[in-house]
Amino acid sequence: MKIEDEKSFDELTDKEYKYGFVTDIESDSLPPGLNEDIVRAISKRKNEPEWLTEFRLKAYRHWLTLEEPTWAKVEFPPVDYQALSYYSAPKQKVDMPQSLDDVDPELLATYEKLGIPLGEQEVLAGVAGAPSIAVDAVFDSVSVATTFKKNLEEMGIIFGSFSDAVKDHPELVKQYLGTVVPYKDNYYATLNSAVFSDGSFCYIPKGVKCPMELSTYFRINAANTGQFERTLLIADEGAKVSYLEGCTAPQRDENQLHAAVVELVAHKDAQIKYSTVQNWYPGDKDGKGGIYNFVTKRGHCRGDNSKISWTQVETGSAITWKYPSCILKGDNSVGEFYSVAVTNNLQQADTGTKMIHVGKNTSSTIISKGISAGKAQNSYRGMVKVVETAENARNFSQCDSMLIGDKCGAHTFPYIDVNNPTAHVEHEATTTKIGEDQIFYCNQRGLDTEEAVSLIVNGFCKEVFRELPMEFAVEAQKLLGISLEGSVG
Amino acid sequence: MALLEIKDLHASVADKPILKGINLTIKPGEVHAIMGPNGSGKSTLSNVLAGNEAYTKTGGQVLFDGIDIDDLAAHERARAGMFLAFQYPVEIAGISNMYFLKAAVNAVREYQGKDQLDAMDFLDLIEEKKKVVKIRDDLLERAVNSGFSGGEKKRNEIFQMAMLEPKLGILDETDSGLDIDALRIVSDGVNALRSPDRGFLVITHYQRLLDYIVPDHVHVLVHGQIVKSGGKELALELENEGYNTWVDEKGA
Repeated sequence: MKIEDEKSFDELTDKEYKYGFVTDIESDSLPPGLNEDIVRAISKRKNEPEWLTEFRLKAYRHWLTLEEPTWAKVEFPPVDYQALSYYSAPKQKVDMPQSLDDVDPELLATYEKLGIPLGEQEVLAGVAGAPSIAVDAVFDSVSVATTFKKNLEEMGIIFGSFSDAVKDHPELVKQYLGTVVPYKDNYYATLNSAVFSDGSFCYIPKGVKCPMELSTYFRINAANTGQFERTLLIADEGAKVSYLEGCTAPQRDENQLHAAVVELVAHKDAQIKYSTVQNWYPGDKDGKGGIYNFVTKRGHCRGDNSKISWTQVETGSAITWKYPSCILKGDNSVGEFYSVAVTNNLQQADTGTKMIHVGKNTSSTIISKGISAGKAQNSYRGMVKVVETAENARNFSQCDSMLIGDKCGAHTFPYIDVNNPTAHVEHEATTTKIGEDQIFYCNQRGLDTEEAVSLIVNGFCKEVFRELPMEFAVEAQKLLGISLEGSVG
Repeated sequence: MALLEIKDLHASVADKPILKGINLTIKPGEVHAIMGPNGSGKSTLSNVLAGNEAYTKTGGQVLFDGIDIDDLAAHERARAGMFLAFQYPVEIAGISNMYFLKAAVNAVREYQGKDQLDAMDFLDLIEEKKKVVKIRDDLLERAVNSGFSGGEKKRNEIFQMAMLEPKLGILDETDSGLDIDALRIVSDGVNALRSPDRGFLVITHYQRLLDYIVPDHVHVLVHGQIVKSGGKELALELENEGYNTWVDEKGA
């Protein structure tokens, strides 16, 4: 998430404009509120086929019958869904910060520490007049992105915005959409199914090993994916792909509620590795203005010997509600979940995974590291379910919590449901507190207290970080240090 | 100029006065030993000097290299060249000894206005220091002090000292829990680090360590005060007579 200097940023943004890379912006916008007309209007505006409009409407009608879930260990005032605007109309200049002077100084200080150039800070902070391109795209030059895209196309890999996929590959979208996360799945997934804005679509054909980490780095046009992002990723037989999502710089957004859905499908012998660094604005020290991140992520190991691996580093958002899961349907399929969730100040996170063992000889690994500082609350919630058909299922779960200070909380809610006597399920959990003695030891070797905390925390998270792609891992380490600044007095 | 000048130092732990007026001056190149029975304040002295916040300095003045230590936080004292070899070195899971050392070396170098060492330079420095303090490669690759034996931890402390090249090395009961072979290895390391511009404060309960690290001055600490100072022969005297003379005098 860094570019070399401001000059290259300017050059790049100028180019974007010159070559018309900026998404055409519709001049009209839909009024706030949600009803069938709004859902139809969203679909129409995106020129969607009839079946997709119907998908949205079915979801909307079902959503009306649902109630917001309350089982998560998070607290927040009720969301007024009729006050939200469901079509990402061009932002009104008056509602946006007019310059960086209007932006939370804490946020700017973080940008400084991450070494983000001013121009890019404006994009991240949502300042009026900042270029409306994907921040990730400012990184690479346009020509590089184009070259990548061409290489991928030659291999038959489809990778682009969800909207483009609906236009160009409707049969694939129709075949897979909602097959992993059905529109009836849960309150937020159902809402997303009705009103999703845009997102990413990726298809790796049979036997193709994607030669690079797929990321939003070079997804230029799909900038404004909005608050209801939809991602669909399919690895056909024997295919292999590693996908990176997110960005380490804190992103501000005037949409407080984010309800994304990610669906992964792994066919026979296919492997998907999905890595996320989530760093939405957590709000100020009093928790004001932070993002609610209510995400449904699920992978389906559909074929035998398939593998899906989730790695996530969650440091942002006021509230995180997220359980990337795997349905292990194929025999010998493998599911993995590696997670670091950091909460500081008034942040709340309720996150974990579900591993559903269906096929024979399926195995799953869960490594969860929760770090809590300030007055934050951090919960691990995980389910391991072994159904009757799952002969010789294996699971290993390890949930470690680290507390910094004495006003925060760490909670673990493991659910284990085993219906086949051949299953082996192991669960380990630890809770530790960063010791004064550890900090003094580091101090005595010349490291200041913040460096010491960062070092100790990174050691604690090492098992997860080593699952991240290299450049992500380095940034995630740095990010952790920054997220916890000031947490030890 | 003195390297360390302790003037009428008072300190307490959890509001209990432990040090009651310590006076001590260490010049560059000198090795001072502090001997004393359990509970005399030996560890308090080393922790107060190094800036452990669990210990409170309640009076007096300490100048380190001419700077009042009240003006320096613990990490700044370390960067300025004060090194404490811990009696109980602390474990840090998941961080390799090498990584930890590189962070420490570069923090100290930055403070001293020297260039940061890159990975290659750092490895060269490791190789150079391994000639001074023998340490197995696997200890450098393992997490800091994790699963180290008592002797390995102490050796690691001395290796860290060699890497950080401090002006003052404080050894807090480094001999505790060491067998005679480990004691010799650790002492050899310290002796190799003795130099005209480096001072040492060797804190110990037993005379044994001073057979290997021969001090220039010996001080006897009892009930938070230095009750007697002398040359290296004082250590032998203590070995023969024990601390009882002073402990009794104080009415303990």
